[in-house]
Amino acid sequence: MGSRRAPALIWVPAVLVALAMAVPLVYLVLRTAGAGAGIWDLLLRPRTARIALNTAGLALAVAASTALLAVPLAWLTGRTDLPGRRWWATAAVLPLVVPSYVGALAIVAALGPRGLLHDALSPLGIERLPPIYGFGGAWLTLTLFTYPYVLLGVRAALAGLDPALDEAARGLGYGPWRTFFVSTLPQLRPAVAAGSLLAALYAVSDFGVVTLLRYDAFTRAIYVQYRSSFDRTLAAALSLLLVVFACALLLAEARVRGRRAAYHRLGGGAARRARPVPLGRWRWPALCYCAAVVGLGLALPIGVLVWWFGRGLSRGDALDGVLTGAANSLQVGLLAAAAATLAALPVAILAVRHRGPVGVAVERMSYLGYALPGIVIALAFVFLGARYLTPLYQTLPFLVLAHVVRFLPQAVGAERTSLLQINPRMEEAARTLGRGPLGAIRSVTVPLARPGVTAGAALVFLTVMKELPVTLLLKPTGFETLSTAIWSATGSGRYAQAAAPALALIAVSAMPTILLVARDRDQPHRRSRIARGDG
Amino acid sequence: MSAAVSAMPSPPNAVDANAEPALRCAGLVKRFGTVPVVDGLDLIARPGEVVALLGPSGCGKTTTLRLIAGFETPDAGTIEVGGRLVSGPRCDEAPERRRIGMVFQDYALFPHLSVGRNVAFGLPRVREREARVAAALERVGLAGFDDRMPHELSGGQQQRVALARALAPEPAVILLDEPFSNLDAELRASVRAEVRQILAAAGQTAVLVTHDQEEALSLADRIAVMGEGRVVQAAGPEEVYHRPATKAVAAFVGDAEFLPGEGHGRRVVCDLGELPTTGQADGPVEVMLRPESLRLTKPLVGTLPGANATVLARAFYGHDQTMTVRLDTGRALRARLGPYGGIRPGDRVHVSVRGGVLTFPRETHGPMPEARRDPSGS
Repeated sequence: MGSRRAPALIWVPAVLVALAMAVPLVYLVLRTAGAGAGIWDLLLRPRTARIALNTAGLALAVAASTALLAVPLAWLTGRTDLPGRRWWATAAVLPLVVPSYVGALAIVAALGPRGLLHDALSPLGIERLPPIYGFGGAWLTLTLFTYPYVLLGVRAALAGLDPALDEAARGLGYGPWRTFFVSTLPQLRPAVAAGSLLAALYAVSDFGVVTLLRYDAFTRAIYVQYRSSFDRTLAAALSLLLVVFACALLLAEARVRGRRAAYHRLGGGAARRARPVPLGRWRWPALCYCAAVVGLGLALPIGVLVWWFGRGLSRGDALDGVLTGAANSLQVGLLAAAAATLAALPVAILAVRHRGPVGVAVERMSYLGYALPGIVIALAFVFLGARYLTPLYQTLPFLVLAHVVRFLPQAVGAERTSLLQINPRMEEAARTLGRGPLGAIRSVTVPLARPGVTAGAALVFLTVMKELPVTLLLKPTGFETLSTAIWSATGSGRYAQAAAPALALIAVSAMPTILLVARDRDQPHRRSRIARGDG
Repeated sequence: MSAAVSAMPSPPNAVDANAEPALRCAGLVKRFGTVPVVDGLDLIARPGEVVALLGPSGCGKTTTLRLIAGFETPDAGTIEVGGRLVSGPRCDEAPERRRIGMVFQDYALFPHLSVGRNVAFGLPRVREREARVAAALERVGLAGFDDRMPHELSGGQQQRVALARALAPEPAVILLDEPFSNLDAELRASVRAEVRQILAAAGQTAVLVTHDQEEALSLADRIAVMGEGRVVQAAGPEEVYHRPATKAVAAFVGDAEFLPGEGHGRRVVCDLGELPTTGQADGPVEVMLRPESLRLTKPLVGTLPGANATVLARAFYGHDQTMTVRLDTGRALRARLGPYGGIRPGDRVHVSVRGGVLTFPRETHGPMPEARRDPSGS
């Protein structure tokens, strides 16, 4: 309820943070509009149309291929007697921990010129391989490292389906295969659509893969435009177009997700577990399929990187700059996590506890970062820094600020969730016991929200560690992080030097998963308290 | 809480009717949007008095409590605590300055603090703080529970911690929001008696919100019956039960049957014949009958007051039973009897009334929303 006004110490910073979130977008709009009628010439050039088509094509292809890859995996690991089913279920999600540009590095280092395959085949006299650069490579890489988004959604939907519907189909004389196509698959359609749209959104916003694999989609075109000329207006216009693409996908995903609710089981009580479908002799092809997907998405990148790392070790240059890079990544990650967590706090408190028109508006603005691809935020900050904030441009605080704008939604989301679990009567109790509004927040809300807030901060930290475009464009001169080291080493074919930081980043991205599992195991009482609804 | 305490007779609080009120609300109005939830509410609690705000769900009870505590700001009216204005025109004191204690419906104990630190939360950091925590826990029968965590306690114990926490800073008024609704039915009666004891022993002024009329009747020194955002009647429990101010109050507090009648001064004529009234009655009236005031006997022939009827249904509760009878005039009534008597559905009986009856002027337009308690009487 909380109809009392929020204290100024909450709403003033919250509004400031929300306004800061809008700065990149507003700047890009003003910048583009400043070009006047000339902007239509830019946007209607054949090159712009080609980039838009390239991007749309990639998004479409990734959406289709991730769905094709993930649905059989979800069904095999969820509804059949596949040997080692639970192990495959975990392994099939793990490609998600490979940062996409690390995946691109692995693909290039394995299949590209002077890559692993090339080295292996050249003694046989084969000098030319089909080119990995361009659409094919980008499509393959994005598919391999984004299909888990579809898999997770479809698997959850599959677990929520009422097996009685499939049983009804069987009872009406349909065999197991036809049952899958007439009953199971139609019910999974919304989940597949939502997951594919998410994968497409990722494909459209991703910077590392299309740049390293030299495919002319928006993110790469924006980067090239920024690097090669000082015509910032076209870069700004392309960025806005990209934002429109991303927003369209986001809206479509939200709509599909909303409709999905209608498909959920209506009856009360827990669904019975479906009886696993016996695969019989189809078991072996099924196993091969799972092994191939997990092999390409997980074993291949790690194996390739380990091989190059070993080669670098024997040459002695494997660890060049890794320590500095790690220290710099750590520094940026910690600063950005702390800043984002603090900046998100007033926003989350305002949105949850003082939910007026201002609270809702502030919360909506804080989610802008979700709709803005990293390269767009990076570019807007480059322009702003170079033009208006020259003393700050290419300094560590400015880099941290850009990261805060990019990852604030994550921090707000985590804090919002924790706050929603805290009974507002707690704060009121503290008030009647003599604490002021801020005192109540400090003595009750903050300690109760701490685990969730910490988890959110950890998530921001780990995400910033592996972030590429913002770091690349805004880092101080000579300041190398793990991600920029990978990027430049891959770009110039020094795979051995990219391997160590890449392996380090895979370890870093795997950590949230490990943390989540550990937290659930260590604090069962936390969960039970939430379940009882009084926590 | 020990059995010894709850077995003690409950002494009436020493309430001085002439003392300055510990709490005074006058003309309180609170609207959500354009809908007035509290609409001109007047309420007084004298020092040491336990006042129950009783009313059906949605009548504005909890909002009233939140206005008093300072969690909501009234649109009009004034609130004084201990003779000091805390809310009114150009005055809206923060909750922490009002000297109001609150026991929440879900207790709102701080889950990250031990019982002792929960109770100490509202106490100043002085040397005697520990002693005051111990005394507060002692008072609610939880001595030695300091180091337990709230989630290790039963519902009744959690409630007593919430009470100890609210009482410890010695507030001018303590507010209790549906304090027993989260307890099992069996536990409720005993916890209720304990809370009555604790409040009386502390001489604590309290305002309690409840929709349970039995709770209000058994716990409060005074009941303020609410309807449509204002206090319809404020009086002692017996007065409210026996002399409800309106038909709606009569229907909400206890069971009531109503018969149309014609008033003739101190007498009224209705389907049960000519009955003495407790007040002046003239013209068309409604006669209120409490089911326990009806007497069922063997059918009589003659001119004795009352009417003959047929028993339609019987609900037996053990300690009493309810008979539904249809008067020969066609009207159905409920009568509450002791557990004996052997009257069965289908039997012919004679219905008469014990004592005088209360009458209300007959309403020509819509009565207030009627909320009747569950016939099982739990």
